[in-house]
Amino acid sequence: MPVDPLLSQYSDLLFEGTVVVYLLAMVFSAVEYVTARQSTPAAEPAEVVAVAATSAEPVAVSGSAGSAGSAADEIPPPPVRTPKPERSRADRFGRMAVSLTILGVLLHLGSIALRGLAAERWPLGNMYEYTSAVCLAAMVAWLVVLQRGAGRSRGIRRLGVFLYAPILVLMVLAGTVLYAQAAPVVPALQSYWLVIHVTTITLSTGLFIVPGVASILYLMKRSGRPAGFVAKLPAQETLDRLAYRTTVVAFPMFTFAVICGAIWAEAAWGRFWGWDPKETVAFISWVVYAAYLHARATAGWRHAPAAWINIVGLATVIFNLFFVNMVIAGLHSYAGLG
Amino acid sequence: MSTTIPAPPAAAPPPPHRTRAVLAFARNAWRGLTSMRTALVLLFLLALASLPGALLPQRSLNAQLVDQYFADYPQLAPLLDKVGAFEVFATPWFAAIYLLLMISLVGCLTPRTVEYWRAMRQRPVATPRNLARMPHHAVDVVEGTPDQVLDRMDAQLKGWRRVRSADTISAEKGYLRETGNLVFHVSIVGLLIAMAVGKLFGYEGQVIVLANGSQFCNTSILGYDSFRPGLQVDGTELAPFCIQVNSFQADYLSNGQPEQYRAQLGYQTAAQVESGDAADWQDYELAVNHPLRIDGERVYLLNHGYAPRFTVTWPDGTQRTGEIQWQPVDLRTYLSQGATKFERPGIADPAERQRSSIAVTGLFAPTSSGGQVVTSTFPDLLAPEAAVDVMRGDLGLDDGRGQSIFSVDQSKVDSGELTRVARENMVPGQSITLDDGTQIRFDDVTQWVALQISHDPGQEAVLVFALLMLGGLALSLSIKRRRFWVRVTPEGEGRSRVELGGLARTDRAGYGEEFDRLRTTLTDLLEPTGSGAR
Repeated sequence: MPVDPLLSQYSDLLFEGTVVVYLLAMVFSAVEYVTARQSTPAAEPAEVVAVAATSAEPVAVSGSAGSAGSAADEIPPPPVRTPKPERSRADRFGRMAVSLTILGVLLHLGSIALRGLAAERWPLGNMYEYTSAVCLAAMVAWLVVLQRGAGRSRGIRRLGVFLYAPILVLMVLAGTVLYAQAAPVVPALQSYWLVIHVTTITLSTGLFIVPGVASILYLMKRSGRPAGFVAKLPAQETLDRLAYRTTVVAFPMFTFAVICGAIWAEAAWGRFWGWDPKETVAFISWVVYAAYLHARATAGWRHAPAAWINIVGLATVIFNLFFVNMVIAGLHSYAGLG
Repeated sequence: MSTTIPAPPAAAPPPPHRTRAVLAFARNAWRGLTSMRTALVLLFLLALASLPGALLPQRSLNAQLVDQYFADYPQLAPLLDKVGAFEVFATPWFAAIYLLLMISLVGCLTPRTVEYWRAMRQRPVATPRNLARMPHHAVDVVEGTPDQVLDRMDAQLKGWRRVRSADTISAEKGYLRETGNLVFHVSIVGLLIAMAVGKLFGYEGQVIVLANGSQFCNTSILGYDSFRPGLQVDGTELAPFCIQVNSFQADYLSNGQPEQYRAQLGYQTAAQVESGDAADWQDYELAVNHPLRIDGERVYLLNHGYAPRFTVTWPDGTQRTGEIQWQPVDLRTYLSQGATKFERPGIADPAERQRSSIAVTGLFAPTSSGGQVVTSTFPDLLAPEAAVDVMRGDLGLDDGRGQSIFSVDQSKVDSGELTRVARENMVPGQSITLDDGTQIRFDDVTQWVALQISHDPGQEAVLVFALLMLGGLALSLSIKRRRFWVRVTPEGEGRSRVELGGLARTDRAGYGEEFDRLRTTLTDLLEPTGSGAR
């Protein structure tokens, strides 16, 4: 067997390490959520002022004459330098959760890369590897969301715990039920389209988790119950925007992935589309997300119904990932669970 | 898709009451059908209608699973079958949903395209009086006269469509969003038409060819083992190319998992065949993921298997050699079963000829386990052995009824017209001698390949439309249609008061960051004298 057992073992170790680090990140993030004060009405404007101040600062420096100097005097010192003790504890835990996530993502990447090296192929050949990569994609998407200015300033970070939890469930599932030894793949999978099609499908699946979670939280916030719980969630508008902005990235990527799949199917199976169960459910997901985008532009649909549609979309994607691979017989049955 | 449809122009003479009612009904129906709400509902119906296609076995994919379903659920299955649940994507109700969706789409696109052309030539709207009401708003006081300020602003707003008047600029950007939107939706219609063309004029056929230099020519449907024609295909106009399968190799891992399948082909295009240049075979290595493309036809390697070769020598010295594919029954080990059938030559009396026909049936193991009961342990041809029953009697080949090439007609066995005369395990080179002196020799094993020949005249167009869809989608989702206004009023002492307003027209995602960036670059340039209120 052209598989390096040592590398494969290291890959598994890294995977276990990743799970532990994500678990810690979730705990820290949960502490952040619990210790955070309600809905940040105070924190939010303060940070906006901070942003405005920093953007004005270079202006003041480069500005000529005394009038510019007086303008600089008017700018209040950035509130970051005057930490409020109540907020900083939550903030500290939140930052640690993010740092841990970065560490986890690096370990995760290492685990997947070693797996590929061990089997001498692209590391997306069975359900274990696929699920693991979906989780990585979701985590990276989350870090990117946090990296964007809007993500940091509106209390989005404290949503982390609601993302870490499902990701951890997926990771544990991947490491136990779905686990498969590193091995080469069957001839039908030996194509550079595996790299393109499966990678983009994985990325978009991972990305879809973020808007799905945001939509669930949006509906909870909207219903206002349980009151103590949802009080700490960011504003409805913020959650809705998070869902929309991640969906409009994931949806074209998913479309691209499906088109690549069709091109590959034409070369491997003799037709570009054949209503194989996996193709059918991918079509359903596509239609549902298309409905989401339309719903957001339709009066009477753009609030709760749109969020529900997004959740249904995620449900179909998850259904496609697990049920179709493991229960329904089709051409895509490469789960490696035989 | 639009939510509003411009009202059709009123007819000049007032029509009679009934006609008006009919017109009103038609108009309302049309408006209802083309409304976004209907489109949404149709999208849901489409998703819902596809669901049984994934959950229930489908005839077009796997007829055996459908039969199994009938056996498992004898009550439910016939009901499901009646509504077409086993061929969802060919049912009238599925077609009705997507056709309605297409009509809705076209009904939406037409007025929207007209609107689009109008909008593309329109100037940006006049600056609203109260910019403070806009979602994005800022005020700055800067150095310079209003004219100077507007000049610089104008230069900064390159790429925006803008109108300048004495004290304001109204700018708009993001027209490509609607372009992308229209391209996306028009491409969906194009994609469906291209797919329909493929379904009408395409075909798909499967054939098994021995990998020993045997040939297959795409001349008629009869050459195929199974053939699925498009609705407009009658099999008279196939492109008559020929292929010759010279050899087949399979590589396996030590656990029996296949690693690579390859078939060495020679082929002649239809043009070469027609010109009669028969000696000129071009070589091609056919593999999984690596089909042979000849003009509009594609040849795929689907499967492979074994064909044991037997030679029967009758007591009078006449000989017949038979070699036909046996069917793999275990795809892991390629244990195969089959029946190689022989009619005795040189016998004038048909009854006598029938009575002395011979069939060699049984199991074939490419890598035999050895021992009394032969089974296969590995899919490669390492230690071939066949466990055969030799049958003699009437095979029923002249009955005019079709029979499987993989087995003998069981009714002939039951009626005693066909009897077993020997049972033996054989390796290549071994022979059996029957009671009447007939000798049966297991000569060798040949490999066969199952090929699929596909023809789809629409698929290039499908690809083009799919890529256009993707491009249009990316444009329409990444670009925001937005407006930006500047109003400048003199503040005295050579200063100006600049008021900015911004509005994203298309969704609630806003364009706050870009507005702030614009504001900063604009006011940076103008050496601000104070940071304004938002």
